Amino acid sequence: MSDWPRVRLHVVTGKGGTGKSTVAASLALALASHGKDVLLCEVEGRQGIARMFDVDPLPYEERRIATGLRSGDQAPGVVHALHIDPEAALPEYLAMYYKLGRAGRALDRFGVTEFATTIAPGLRDVLLTGKVFEVVQRNSRNKGARQYDAVVLDAPPTGRIVQFLNVSDELSGLAKAGPIKHQADTMMTLFRSPRTAVHLVTVLEEMPVQETADGIAQLHDVGLPVGGVVVNLVRPRDLRVKDLAAARNGGLDPAAVEADLVGAGISVEAGLVEGLLSEARDHAVRRALEDGQRALVKKLDVPTYELPRLAQGVDLGSLYELAALLKDGGMA
Amino acid sequence: MAKPRTRVGPLASHAGPAPVLDVDALLDDRSIGIIVCCGSGGVGKTTTSAALALRAAERGRTVVVLTIDPARRLAQSMGIEELDNTPRPVAGVDDAGGGSLEAMMLDMKRTFDEVVESQASPEKARQILENPFYLAMSSSFAGTQEYMAMEKLGQVHHQGTYDLIVVDTPPSRSALDFLDAPERLSSFLDGRLIRLLLAPARGPARLMSVGVNLVTGTLARILGGQFLSDVQTFVAALDTVFGGFRARAQQTYALLQAPGTAFVVVAAPENDALREAAYFVERLSEERMPLAGLVVNRASPAALGSLSADEAMAGAARLRREPPSETAPLTAGLLRLHADRERMVEREAVLRARFAAAHPSVATAVVPALAGDVHDLVGLRQVGDLLADQDPRA
Repeated sequence: MSDWPRVRLHVVTGKGGTGKSTVAASLALALASHGKDVLLCEVEGRQGIARMFDVDPLPYEERRIATGLRSGDQAPGVVHALHIDPEAALPEYLAMYYKLGRAGRALDRFGVTEFATTIAPGLRDVLLTGKVFEVVQRNSRNKGARQYDAVVLDAPPTGRIVQFLNVSDELSGLAKAGPIKHQADTMMTLFRSPRTAVHLVTVLEEMPVQETADGIAQLHDVGLPVGGVVVNLVRPRDLRVKDLAAARNGGLDPAAVEADLVGAGISVEAGLVEGLLSEARDHAVRRALEDGQRALVKKLDVPTYELPRLAQGVDLGSLYELAALLKDGGMA
Repeated sequence: MAKPRTRVGPLASHAGPAPVLDVDALLDDRSIGIIVCCGSGGVGKTTTSAALALRAAERGRTVVVLTIDPARRLAQSMGIEELDNTPRPVAGVDDAGGGSLEAMMLDMKRTFDEVVESQASPEKARQILENPFYLAMSSSFAGTQEYMAMEKLGQVHHQGTYDLIVVDTPPSRSALDFLDAPERLSSFLDGRLIRLLLAPARGPARLMSVGVNLVTGTLARILGGQFLSDVQTFVAALDTVFGGFRARAQQTYALLQAPGTAFVVVAAPENDALREAAYFVERLSEERMPLAGLVVNRASPAALGSLSADEAMAGAARLRREPPSETAPLTAGLLRLHADRERMVEREAVLRARFAAAHPSVATAVVPALAGDVHDLVGLRQVGDLLADQDPRA
């Protein structure tokens, strides 16, 4: 059973370098495992989805990219992807919300498109969140448009997430009245509702954990719903707890290790045992630091999910592996 | 500094080891007055800038480091937890060589306000500073961070108090922003939209054509009357403030291209970070900006000994199948750790080799990952040592 049964919009954020895009993609695969149809959106123009799923760069169009994670005997759903391009989103946005056709195109000639998409990030965020709102809110009245059971948004990083999701609130304050205010308020209603969850991806290091804590506090401040924390890139746990302590203070027995190596048919060159023990010490020190950070994450008092660091890097196959872990952990 | 040669043709694909970035030579070169650290987010740019600045100071130079968003504890240890746009001396720097270090955390909003105050009359400045649109947008306007960082760099450079300025660049959405924002903002300010929005404020309706009416009508319909007039006030303000924008942007640009400037691109040994770095390197060379080299942070420390990952995993499997002793699980764990490390190192080496093959002239320094975060001068010194201590064969 998922921890987030009511959530339609999963927003995935995280500090740069924590692997938020990988987590967003894995979450989309995991959510699609129940026979559900899922849309994975990206908004930062990096074509990260296309690279992860090894497909051609995505146009501004919903494309089928993968079958969901297979689990049990249930038929998996389908994952579609959408690369939200602000330049293409502007005319669509104007047509959609303000019923502007030709006039919208005239704006382009005056540099309005450029202004909205590259110069004023606030407006850019309005367009991006506007499109996300549209895909989540679709219903049978939108003829021909595909409806999704869940939408996963690979969102801007933690430092910008509140500004990004809250842009409509700011807009509503500036506009004071009129169609913009109305539209902005409707969007904020969805983003603040229990149908939305903002998940934060972190690694067990000081700065990302601190930023995650700050991010959660900021989300609470503006009334945006905090989801779970995904602890990514966790080191392998190849040593037992009692061995870790011994490894840290140099208490491992080199002779015993050497005997085991010989028993396992490994030719023990000079320096091998010392090398292994020194690697173990290094590992133990980092594990201790990780444990300290893990305790801090636990204090955040939100559901947490751990994903391992994969030594060989992330490919399409490993996305399914991570998806299975997220599902087992209860995130999907 | 030697001009980097761009190699083309069959020789370019020969993947030799990247030339080594000699950090100490860079820091000791008195002709270099500005070092700009750039790269994507989360690669340790701030730490690298601070470490370079500290090392330069302890090698006898009079240094200031302009940083954007340092980790709280690092800022505290450098004495700059307060955002006040003024360089502060950093305590605890070894000044035996006659150098010194000051640090400053950039306050974007304040820098913007200062520009407004210096460009407009006091009354006009007050009007601008109180405009709701200005309040909402001055700190988030695209490129303002980049522009303000450059503005501050220009100011500090102009004062001439320091013989080396190290600049940490804002965590841009993309590598492009840093170089493009000033140009984009200034072309926008000279563009048709601005003239259109300013038209009512400037009076005569003779500019009005069918197209203009359509656009202003549309904007009014979307934005509402009050909103549009707030926007117009704001744009008029921008126009005043950035009247000399183009000229100043060009000066900054020229400063960055000058031989006294060195760019250091910072990356981590990850696909995305190196792709951004490659992009940066190419852009810098297109814009004829002087590139000193690439710093790859957070490299996995090389495994010791010559045991391969596969041999180690095979050994671990054998130990698990038939444990010969009490300590067998431990030894198997050690072997798996070793294999994991070998694989990380191998993958990173492949990524770096690919980068070097595509950009054979880019000097590189590799900094191994530290166990903990850097939050004091001791840590920064350690990073500095690692930056300078490069194995030429790596």
